[in-house]
Amino acid sequence: MTTVEEPTGTGARQVRSLVDVQKGEISREIFIDEQIFKAELENLFPRAWLFVGHATQVPNPGDFFSSWMGADPVLLTRDNKGELNVLLNSCRHRGMRVCRYDEGNTLQFTCPYHAWSYSIDGSLVDTPGALHGVPQQKAAYGTNLEREKWGLVRAAKVHNYKGLVFANWDPEAPSFDEYVGDFHWWLDNLADAFDGTEGGTEAYRGVHKWRIRSNWKFVSENFLGDTYHGASTHASVEAVGIGPGGKGKRRHGERQNEGGFSKGRMKTSFRRGHGASDNIAYEIPYPEFAEDDLDDYFVAAWEKRKEKLQAEGRLLGGRGPATLFPNMSFAAGFPRTILVAHPISPTETEVWRWYLVDKSAPEKVRDWLRRYYMRYAGPAGMTEQDDMENWDYATESSRGVIARRYPFNYQQGLGQETASDLAGSVHSHHAIAGEVNARAFYRRWAEFVDNLSWPELTKLAQVDDRTTEHVAETTDVAGGVKVLDAVDVVDGPPAK
Amino acid sequence: MPIDEALLERMLLLESVSEFLYREADLLDERRYTEWLDMLAEDYQYSVPLRMNVAYGETDAREETRAGREILWFDEGKETMSLRVDQLNTGLHWAEEPVSRVSHLVTNIRLDAVELPEVSVSCRFLVYRNRVADETDFLVGRRKDRLRQVGDSWQVVRRELLLDQSVLLAKNLSIFV
Ligand code: FES
Ligand SMILES: [Fe+2]
Repeated sequence: MTTVEEPTGTGARQVRSLVDVQKGEISREIFIDEQIFKAELENLFPRAWLFVGHATQVPNPGDFFSSWMGADPVLLTRDNKGELNVLLNSCRHRGMRVCRYDEGNTLQFTCPYHAWSYSIDGSLVDTPGALHGVPQQKAAYGTNLEREKWGLVRAAKVHNYKGLVFANWDPEAPSFDEYVGDFHWWLDNLADAFDGTEGGTEAYRGVHKWRIRSNWKFVSENFLGDTYHGASTHASVEAVGIGPGGKGKRRHGERQNEGGFSKGRMKTSFRRGHGASDNIAYEIPYPEFAEDDLDDYFVAAWEKRKEKLQAEGRLLGGRGPATLFPNMSFAAGFPRTILVAHPISPTETEVWRWYLVDKSAPEKVRDWLRRYYMRYAGPAGMTEQDDMENWDYATESSRGVIARRYPFNYQQGLGQETASDLAGSVHSHHAIAGEVNARAFYRRWAEFVDNLSWPELTKLAQVDDRTTEHVAETTDVAGGVKVLDAVDVVDGPPAK
Repeated sequence: MPIDEALLERMLLLESVSEFLYREADLLDERRYTEWLDMLAEDYQYSVPLRMNVAYGETDAREETRAGREILWFDEGKETMSLRVDQLNTGLHWAEEPVSRVSHLVTNIRLDAVELPEVSVSCRFLVYRNRVADETDFLVGRRKDRLRQVGDSWQVVRRELLLDQSVLLAKNLSIFV
């Protein structure tokens, strides 16, 4: 016997009933159940904006990088006009993966099976990815084959945000800017250089890719605002010390969490599901480095950024860790890295990690950061190793029949959310504890997985019912939908 | 039949190198990490590049990420290695608590170059890890070691591993490969 509802007529369970954000209880089924996993693949990943890769991985015409969007393999390509395209990596004839290389350069993908070829050369085809060559076309199809209909499937929308390339399969999806909202401040800090130069970063060559036996949401949730796990999970690396200050110094630098809540650190949780472990008013300068020249470099970068941002009227915080709903997590400071949790099954995930560096970084800085990132993150990273142990065995031990009857507890700071100046967001009540971000993530997740329509999803996102102040979105969203009045929202948690 | 002195010399050298590498495997599998660190030279360099799926003809240019410049699984010296030992010795390193069962198999040992007091050695490795119950990893590949004679034994100066996986199928690399 299970405690979950039976499938509804829509073919998917009402997963919203498994996510009780008012009580702060979430069923373990959402991490284990096959049907729910299928509903995620159907209703969430094909509608969400997903991170595909970094523009600097494909600098030249013909460059491609193989990636995944949910359960689908894709190719990020740069065509000969310099435009970025995201193409489904599956032949339209019998589905063969037309490209099994991780990266390379070509203006044409020829399928090994029967040799249909697809071109991204605009002088040969009108649409990049269009079907260009079909062996024995006349004999095989006469005049019947409409080649323009059988090109590689293209992502409906592609957005290059300062080098971060996102795509969406759904032509009805809101624009990237609307989807991201004021969470963009964290993406800015990720994509901009340490001295504030806009989009001044590039990806190091080499993406860590590895398999874990855990549900993908454990990963997203962890980076979304679970600063609570650090003290226990990362006790060993913290005891050893791998940070900028040298041996024995803290892994993020000594200033991390300085002052905590008393210094104004709060988590930021967006109604649209995004979340960050900090807030943009929480300003901590870059860490102190053991080596003087590195220290000088980062002090100078901080000062330059401070001057630039203050001139623009911007706040200086917002380094994360953070998660862009649903599965792109990142940290914009020390380290500076992007993670995507690709779903494989309810209990298996392929994790990818990219590492960013300032384009203008001198050789010494570039090499120091590279070594720090590798000893910190990825499967060999002294911090990340211990995370995987938790996610894997949390997944495994939630599979049991008895275990599944008991929900997880997400009650930290329940009803103690505080108002935020950023549209559609609230803050945690505490700098380290506080699960408001996770509650919002799963709430949004359930709305997608239950396949609510875009108008419904948009309407729900427009009012934040988590504080008495009911911070409404200030921006007029595409399609002319006006800001809703707070009274439209029922069922909000008791506010304090 | 006259004894080929040069060949005999080389066989003895190979025997000495093999004995050293087998002893190293024993120390690791017996979790005597602090003793193992003494087998590494102070200027030890360790690198394990990422391996990519690339086209025939592009393997030299693209197949592996480059030490010193790009992202690898490991690209570090003895200092970081000893931090890893310190981490294992805290007893709080959950990735290895409870401790894993590990066997390092070293085989196909050949002397690539003899430039005493240093030699270049190539071999294959198979590292087997089993932990908790059914969690089992096989890490297999080629290895190139540069060894230096120190007294009547050796130290590892440089080690490059080519792990035969592109997507790592183990959840982490919390053991010494
Ligand atoms: S499957 Fe690609 S050409 Fe037939
Ligand atoms: Fe962690």
